[in-house]
Amino acid sequence: MPGKDLESEIRHGHHGGNVMTVAQPCIEPAAHREPERHLWCISDLTVSYGEVIALSSVSLNIKENSVTAVIGPSGCGKSSLLCCLNRLTDFIPGCCVSGRILMHSKDILGGQIDDTRLRKQVGLIFQKPNPFPLSIRRNFELPLREHGIRDRQEIEHIMQSTLEATGLWKEVKDRLNKPAHQLSGGQQQRLCIARALSLRPDALLMDEPCSALDPISSGQVEELVLSLRERYTIVIVTHNLSQARRLGTDVALFWLRDGKGTLVESGPASQVFEAPRDDLTKLYLRGAIA
Amino acid sequence: MSTLTSAANPSRGLRWDAWAIVLWIGAGLIMAAFLWVLLDLLGRGLGQISWSFITEAPENAGRAGGIGPILVSTLLILMVCLAIAVPLAVGVAVFLSELLPHRSRLRRIVQISLDALAAVPSVVFGLFGNAFFCIQLGLGFSILSGGLTLACMVLPLLIRTTESSIRAVPQRYRLAATALGMTRSRVILRLVVPLAVPGIVVGTLLALGRAMAETVALVFTSGYVDRMPGSLLDSGRSLSIHVFDLAMNVPGGDANAYGAGVVLIFALLVINGAVLCLAKTWKARSGMAITAAT
Repeated sequence: MPGKDLESEIRHGHHGGNVMTVAQPCIEPAAHREPERHLWCISDLTVSYGEVIALSSVSLNIKENSVTAVIGPSGCGKSSLLCCLNRLTDFIPGCCVSGRILMHSKDILGGQIDDTRLRKQVGLIFQKPNPFPLSIRRNFELPLREHGIRDRQEIEHIMQSTLEATGLWKEVKDRLNKPAHQLSGGQQQRLCIARALSLRPDALLMDEPCSALDPISSGQVEELVLSLRERYTIVIVTHNLSQARRLGTDVALFWLRDGKGTLVESGPASQVFEAPRDDLTKLYLRGAIA
Repeated sequence: MSTLTSAANPSRGLRWDAWAIVLWIGAGLIMAAFLWVLLDLLGRGLGQISWSFITEAPENAGRAGGIGPILVSTLLILMVCLAIAVPLAVGVAVFLSELLPHRSRLRRIVQISLDALAAVPSVVFGLFGNAFFCIQLGLGFSILSGGLTLACMVLPLLIRTTESSIRAVPQRYRLAATALGMTRSRVILRLVVPLAVPGIVVGTLLALGRAMAETVALVFTSGYVDRMPGSLLDSGRSLSIHVFDLAMNVPGGDANAYGAGVVLIFALLVINGAVLCLAKTWKARSGMAITAAT
C-alpha cells in the first residue's frame, strides 16, 4: 500500500481521521547551523498502515523557497511523506502517524493548524492531472469561493494572474468556459498547479507530477517548477534522477530497509549528487541498485 | 473486427457474422414490437386527440368529453411524488455513499432493504398507502395520498440510481478538492452531488416513468374521481387509471381509452426530450461533462 500513489492509497469510503500523534521534542539536527529558514521541521515521523510501516522515524528539515527532490524506489514512503505534510493522511483508513511536523513552528500533526487552512497553505499536485470535470473558470471559482473570495472581479483577476504565472493564459484565455478536460495532459497539469497557486499557498507538494506526461509537457512543467522555486517551497517526489538533478536544490533519498521506508541521506543537491556520504546513495545514483 | 478475424481465420469470422445476424434480428424484433404498439396506439387514438379532448372534462363516464381534470390530477400526483422522493433519495444516497464507511453493516442492511422494497408488488404499496396515508394519517383518497404512495414506491429505485451515480464520481476529484482545503460537506455539496446530477436526472426520469405508468397503487390511494381537483386533498384520477377504467369497466370507452393512451405516451416522450434538452443546456452552461457521472 505505501508504494502506490496517493489516489490508490486513499481508498473510497471511510474517512475517519485515525491520526495518532505522539508529541516529541523537535530536535533540530545539525542543519541549524545553516542560515536558511526551514518551512518544515520533521522529527521522528513514523507512518504505518496497519502492520505495514511506510515510514520509520524520519527526521528531515525542508528549506523555505527551495525545491526538495524526494527520490527513492517505489514503496519507500515518499508519497506518505507528502500526505503527512498537508495531513491528507487523515483520509487514509487505518493510517497511523506519529512524530512531529512543525510548520512555521506550529505542530501540524498536533492540530495547531486547522486542516483546511493547512491544505490551503500547502498545495498538492497529483501524479495524474485531476482538474474537476467543469469549466476552466469553475475550477478556480470552486476553491476560491470556499476560502471566502466571492467577488467576481477578484476571482477573475486571481485566475488570470495564476494562469499567466503558469504560462497557460495565452493558451486558454478564449476558452475559459470550456471543460478543463478538453485541455491536453500537460495543460491540465499546469492548470492544477495554477489552481493550487490561486489560493496563495506557501508550499507546493508534487507527487511525480510529470510521470503521466509526454516529454514536451513534462519539460514545460519542469520549467514552471524552476520559475516557482524562488517564491514557493516545493517538495517534489520523482523517480527520475535527472529530473531531480535539474530541479532540486535539495535532495532526500528514501530507501526500503527491512520493509520500512527510511531516510537514507538528505542535503543540498550538489552535495548529495557529487559527494554522497552514504554507500547506498552512491550505488543508487550510479544506477547499480534500484 | 469482424473483417480482421475473418482474414486471419475464416471459420471464426463466419461465426461472428452469424452472431451479428442473431443480434440484429433480436434488436429488430424489439424495435418491431415497440413500433407495433406505438403505431396501433397512434392509429386508433390519434383521431381522438383535439384541443377540447385535452382540456375538457370527461362526460358519460369518459365515453365522451376529454381528459382535462385527469391530466391535472396526474400532474399533481407526480409533482407530490417527486417533490418528496427526489430530495429524500439524494439525502439517503449521500448518506449511504459518502458518510457511511464502505464496509459498514448499516449500509448493507439499508441496501438489502431497498432491494427488497424495490421487488415489492405495487398492489402491496397500494394497500400500505391506503392503510397508512389514507386511513392512519387521515388523508383519505387524495392526490396527496397517491403522490406519497408513489414516492415510497419509486424511492428504492431513485436511491439506488442516485447512489450509484454519486459513487461513479471518481475519488480523485474528492481528493483534489480536499487537497485544496475544501471541507467534507462542501466537497459533497459543491462538487460530488453536482457531478452526479446527470445520473440523478436519469434516475428521476426512470422514476417518473414508473410513477406515470403506475395504476394499481393509485386505485387504492388517489381514487377514481374524475372531477377537476380543487386541492391536494381531493381525490384525483390519474391517466393510467383512466385508461384502465375506460378499457375494462366502461363499454364503449375504447376510443377515448386509446386517446388517453396516446397522451400518456406523448407525455413520456416529451418528458424524455425535455430532460435531454435541459441536460444539454446545463452542460453548455457549466461545462460539466455529462459522461463524468454516468
